[in-house]
Amino acid sequence: MTMAHEKDIVLNHPKDPAALLDVIRDVQARSGRVSEEAVGRIAGHLKLSEAEVRGAVTFYHFFSLDPRGGSTVYLNDSITSRMKGRAAVARAFEEEAGCLFGDVAPDGKVGLFPTSCIGMNDQEPSAIVDGVVFTALTPDKARAIVRGLRAGTPARDQVTSTGDGANQSGLVRAMVVNNIRKRGPVLFGAHEPGAAIRKAVAMAPEQVIDEIKRAGLLGRGGAGFPTGLKWEFCRREKAAERFVVCNADEGEPGTFKDRVILTELPRLLFEGMTMAGYAIGAKTGVLYLRSEYAYLRDHLEAVLADLRKEGLLGKRAGGREGFNYDIVIKSGAGAYICGEESALLESAEGKRGEPRDRPPFPVQTGYKNLPTTVNNVETLATAARILVEGAAWFKAMGTTQSAGTKLLSVSGDCERPGVYEVEYGLTVAGLLEMAGGAGAKAVQVGGPSGTCVAPAGFGRKICFGDLATGGSIIVFGPGRDIFEIVENFMEFFVEESCGWCLPCRAGNVLLKKTFGKVVGGRGTESDLRDLETWGKLIKSTSRCGLGQTSPNPILTTLKSFPELYATKVRKDEGSGPAFDLTAAIQDGCAAANRQPECKESLHD
Amino acid sequence: MTEIRFTIDGRACVAKPGQTIVEAAKANGVYIPVLCHYEGLKPVGSCRICTVRVAGRFMAACTQPVAEGMAVENTAPDLEDMRKSLIEMFFVEGNHFCPSCEKSGNCELQALGYRYQMTAPRFPYLWPGRALVAGTPLLMLERNRCIQCLRCVRGVKTKDGRKVFAAVERGARVTIEMDKKLAGRLSEEQARKAMDLCPTGAILRKETGFAVPIGRRKYDHAPIGSDVEKGTGR
Repeated sequence: MTMAHEKDIVLNHPKDPAALLDVIRDVQARSGRVSEEAVGRIAGHLKLSEAEVRGAVTFYHFFSLDPRGGSTVYLNDSITSRMKGRAAVARAFEEEAGCLFGDVAPDGKVGLFPTSCIGMNDQEPSAIVDGVVFTALTPDKARAIVRGLRAGTPARDQVTSTGDGANQSGLVRAMVVNNIRKRGPVLFGAHEPGAAIRKAVAMAPEQVIDEIKRAGLLGRGGAGFPTGLKWEFCRREKAAERFVVCNADEGEPGTFKDRVILTELPRLLFEGMTMAGYAIGAKTGVLYLRSEYAYLRDHLEAVLADLRKEGLLGKRAGGREGFNYDIVIKSGAGAYICGEESALLESAEGKRGEPRDRPPFPVQTGYKNLPTTVNNVETLATAARILVEGAAWFKAMGTTQSAGTKLLSVSGDCERPGVYEVEYGLTVAGLLEMAGGAGAKAVQVGGPSGTCVAPAGFGRKICFGDLATGGSIIVFGPGRDIFEIVENFMEFFVEESCGWCLPCRAGNVLLKKTFGKVVGGRGTESDLRDLETWGKLIKSTSRCGLGQTSPNPILTTLKSFPELYATKVRKDEGSGPAFDLTAAIQDGCAAANRQPECKESLHD
Repeated sequence: MTEIRFTIDGRACVAKPGQTIVEAAKANGVYIPVLCHYEGLKPVGSCRICTVRVAGRFMAACTQPVAEGMAVENTAPDLEDMRKSLIEMFFVEGNHFCPSCEKSGNCELQALGYRYQMTAPRFPYLWPGRALVAGTPLLMLERNRCIQCLRCVRGVKTKDGRKVFAAVERGARVTIEMDKKLAGRLSEEQARKAMDLCPTGAILRKETGFAVPIGRRKYDHAPIGSDVEKGTGR
């Protein structure tokens, strides 16, 4: 870890600001941090200000100006992780490492940090240690990992057993399991390798788009924009070049279905990306892979190499004269907001992942300011199957408005967590039966930004127009505390807001603060009205989808569980219970410099 | 060039193609409050004060281009209350003590507070701890007053395009950082421009202050926006 090395790492990159995140990633990997010296060097090489470089480093969770330890443990902090015993695992990590979460051990060998959902909700508690995923952790396993790291055993050598399917391949070698519980006809139906590309290039690009439009395919990321229409808009733009960008940044807590597609069906995905490229007239496809899934990168690169060998990618892709198309992989660095398509594009261009204003839309001004179609992993894989089997076949499944099937990630209090490919229109009750979630108190459909459904709503359907979802389904059993769930979700949004616009940046903090006051028994009825009004304010005035959905945990539980909130608050009388004596005393002590030393563990 | 016809609160207006709602409103003598917006800089829609409603949808008027036939709602009571909420939110998010601030009377946030007749904010104060940065020769950055409008980030650059101000961190931790090395090389004119760009008292020219006494400043006589409404805004 000498400085000379770090210098070479920086100089090896092109003198192009677009390389910023790649340089930072390499420096972080090499030195466990981006030091002041490195910041200066990077700024000099890329002709940026040091403030800009620091801006990029501090935006992403897996980059850091301060040391993160020789080895770094990122323990998932999703609600499911907490439900499956995170607190005890965290304590074991802390005791063994000799430091609290958010800190580095005194010997500098191990650092412990919490992180937002890493896409392993069906096998929690889980952590990423030096890029290696550890699932189904117990306190004993946590201690063993730290002891191993201290003894010089790299994290990858501590993987003793691997999961199923491609997780066992030499290029992945992960203990992750797929948990494929229901194989549907679209994604998991029999598919002849290369069929979608070969069929696409035998058609006119407009015909490919027409077929997808006729199928009524709606974006699987959750927003549900018609895919064929998006491709058509993109194709119509006059430009020297166009791009296909695949959004593989599934960050909604509780979703992990794209991870399974990337592991088991990468060929189908790349076929979809290639066919999209042919349809819109692109030369390059970009797979934006979330950092948490970096362990799949070699596997994905190998599949791309195979496709090139088979003539399905590269010059004359699929044997079509004039269609030269290839796919590159770009990595994220830990930021939920990058799942928002315009923020993803900023990040892919090497910048802070801050959303753009729309219009112009990505189909007009996207990657490198050129027309770009950004599609979800599942959308592209589905499109490939539609082209082979036909629009009519696809439309025969699902509901009138929501054609086809949806891949759901089911986790939480159920007997069979994992992925389910189901037809749209399935009820929540039907899904609970499949997954073994009898007696559920609530089901979170669509992750924190979605809807918390109480038993009275279990007859509702999973489809656009009712319960639309990107695929995250979390089941909460009878013993769960709804308020603890809401608090975890609000912490998530406060942590993951990019901070660009006021209502999301400050509004969510204020919402969480007042929610805490209510849950702490110090609220009155007027606080409940405030929660609702402020929530609507944040939704109405925020700049992107994050802020436009972030109050949902509070708003949807106010609606589903009004009686729970009612028991927490008092009537609006007198000065009310808002005055917190304990907090006031603590403030007084602090002001008089009499604060007793108080160390709180982050996992409590 | 063809003119675009649209309405603001029912009033017929015209716009040039490519104009945003804020720009077109101003040209028609209609004031839409703005804070992060600054003429000549690329709009960023960070403060959301200019939120309007079109066909039931809320949008930032500073980034949204006008379209033919658009019916913009600008002064509906609920919209005006949302804007007032956002102004109040700025006051609780930072630490704003107007009476002791060099920018008092010239501050756009303060002026909006007056225009919207803000008394006590409806939100609890957050009282953040924010460090003041004064290690450069000409400027100081008083982050207690920063509203992260990104005007300085957009408007203050070196000749070779490097940003002198940049946002660091994310979420509620976002702050604006002044690049020490580059800020040290700013000319007097650039430093003055940086201070003038700042809508509040966050960026200040050192060693001078209160050259124009309080009481004789920009917003001491007429409320913010009245120039636009009188048609003297441009």
